[in-house]
Amino acid sequence: MLLIYCPHCLEHREEEEFSYGGEAHIARPLNPEALSDEQWADYLFFRKNPRGIHHEMWYHAIGCRRYFNATRNTVTYEILETYKVGTQPQITGADV
Amino acid sequence: MKRYSGFSLLKNALSYHENWQKVWRNPTPKKDYDVIIVGGGGHGLATAYYLAKVHGITNVAVVEKGYLGGGNTARNTTIIRSNYLWDEAAQLYELSLKLWEGLSQELNYNVMFSQRGVLNLGHNLQDMRDIERRVNANRLNGIDGEVVTPQRIKEIAPLINISPDSRYPILGASWQPRGGTARHDAVAWGYARGADALGVDMIQQTEVIGIRRKGGAVVGVETTNGFIGARKVACVAAGSSGVVAAMAGLRLPVESRPLQALVSEPIKPCLDTVVMSNAVHGYISQSDKGDLVIGAGVDSYNGYGQRGSLHVIEHTVQAICELFPAFSRVRMNRQWGGIVDTCPDACPIISKTSVEGLYFNCGWGTGGFKATPGSGYVFADTVANDRPHPLAKAFNLDRFNTGALIDEHGAAGVAH
Repeated sequence: MLLIYCPHCLEHREEEEFSYGGEAHIARPLNPEALSDEQWADYLFFRKNPRGIHHEMWYHAIGCRRYFNATRNTVTYEILETYKVGTQPQITGADV
Repeated sequence: MKRYSGFSLLKNALSYHENWQKVWRNPTPKKDYDVIIVGGGGHGLATAYYLAKVHGITNVAVVEKGYLGGGNTARNTTIIRSNYLWDEAAQLYELSLKLWEGLSQELNYNVMFSQRGVLNLGHNLQDMRDIERRVNANRLNGIDGEVVTPQRIKEIAPLINISPDSRYPILGASWQPRGGTARHDAVAWGYARGADALGVDMIQQTEVIGIRRKGGAVVGVETTNGFIGARKVACVAAGSSGVVAAMAGLRLPVESRPLQALVSEPIKPCLDTVVMSNAVHGYISQSDKGDLVIGAGVDSYNGYGQRGSLHVIEHTVQAICELFPAFSRVRMNRQWGGIVDTCPDACPIISKTSVEGLYFNCGWGTGGFKATPGSGYVFADTVANDRPHPLAKAFNLDRFNTGALIDEHGAAGVAH
């Protein structure tokens, strides 16, 4: 069970209150019709899936019902930081 | 390879079972091989076996970072069935099931394949519609299956609670009598022994840390024990597939997630079939040793830690206790997690890649064990002939670009 700090509610809550939103910082292409099949597939299906530092979205479903981002280690599962959507992570793979 | 038989058992009993031949050699790696298989789990070992047996390619090494069959092969709930919805998937899993049916004889190794049947429960009207559709699709593909009533379910698994007042009322099920379970370790060991006897080298405790390429083609792998050359590299690394792909500059549409299972203390025989419920995320069977083997849902987040969150197995155990009230007093013994490589369409990737001589067999997600023989068979054929086996064609990596996905989320045992 992860304890996750919600940057909106400003407190740690149990993982069961949250749902996982997958990789963060993926912008929807502004001009889908101009993309090749490979580029569109890349947007739809291909994820980083790193072994180590991962920036990912979480949704505080049974709480403030807002999305935020987290930086988490996918091996130790340690959550290194959580931050609001629209801001950039303080910790990246290069730091660890 | 000395064959196992009743006679060999008697003969070795005379020497107190101290003179059995080693099941496989422990060779030092050669300088180079025709094919290197990355990953010594069931699928990798099966690939090695069929490469040697069917295609006569014996200059093969299986490179494994831990020990043979120590990853998901050792961590699954050993359920075997072939009742998948779409033609492409059904044919692949059915090939596998047919290979299972002769596997102990083929390998001269008892894989303890037990066709005790598999029930997939339906708990609401939509479940039942999906079950009817899938059973009909299966029968059109020549796969056994029938839709059974709650009364028939009760006859098959008498401890189950079919009361309409239960929390997850059972309205019916699909029943595949040819499905069942097998002994997970024995499958890996049997394939390893068979492949070893044909000349394949098992290289354990050696992790692949790089894939060396020259002019867009594979020339070998960098490992923790040095470079090993190869004309072809076949990756069967399950949860670590994405990491291996990155070594060759490739991306895969897979995400690695923890999937958990648990077993109870051994109890007397009380469940002689496999009961699965997609809707409540629980599946259960009883091993020959007497343990109840319970499979849980997949954790929602990406992870490589080979463990998951407790609340996931808590939900599963709640569901199991609702389905089988008698099991509420059974104590659980062990719990573990494996890392499964989930694909967007819940179907595997068996494919060539843009790098010449590099092949991937991955994305089996939450249901790869049942496919072990078939997966190895079609992948060996794909690698040997450098073109997809007819049954592997639809599972090409290119399907994510063309959009020809094979949506098996309904037939996969675990939602993800």
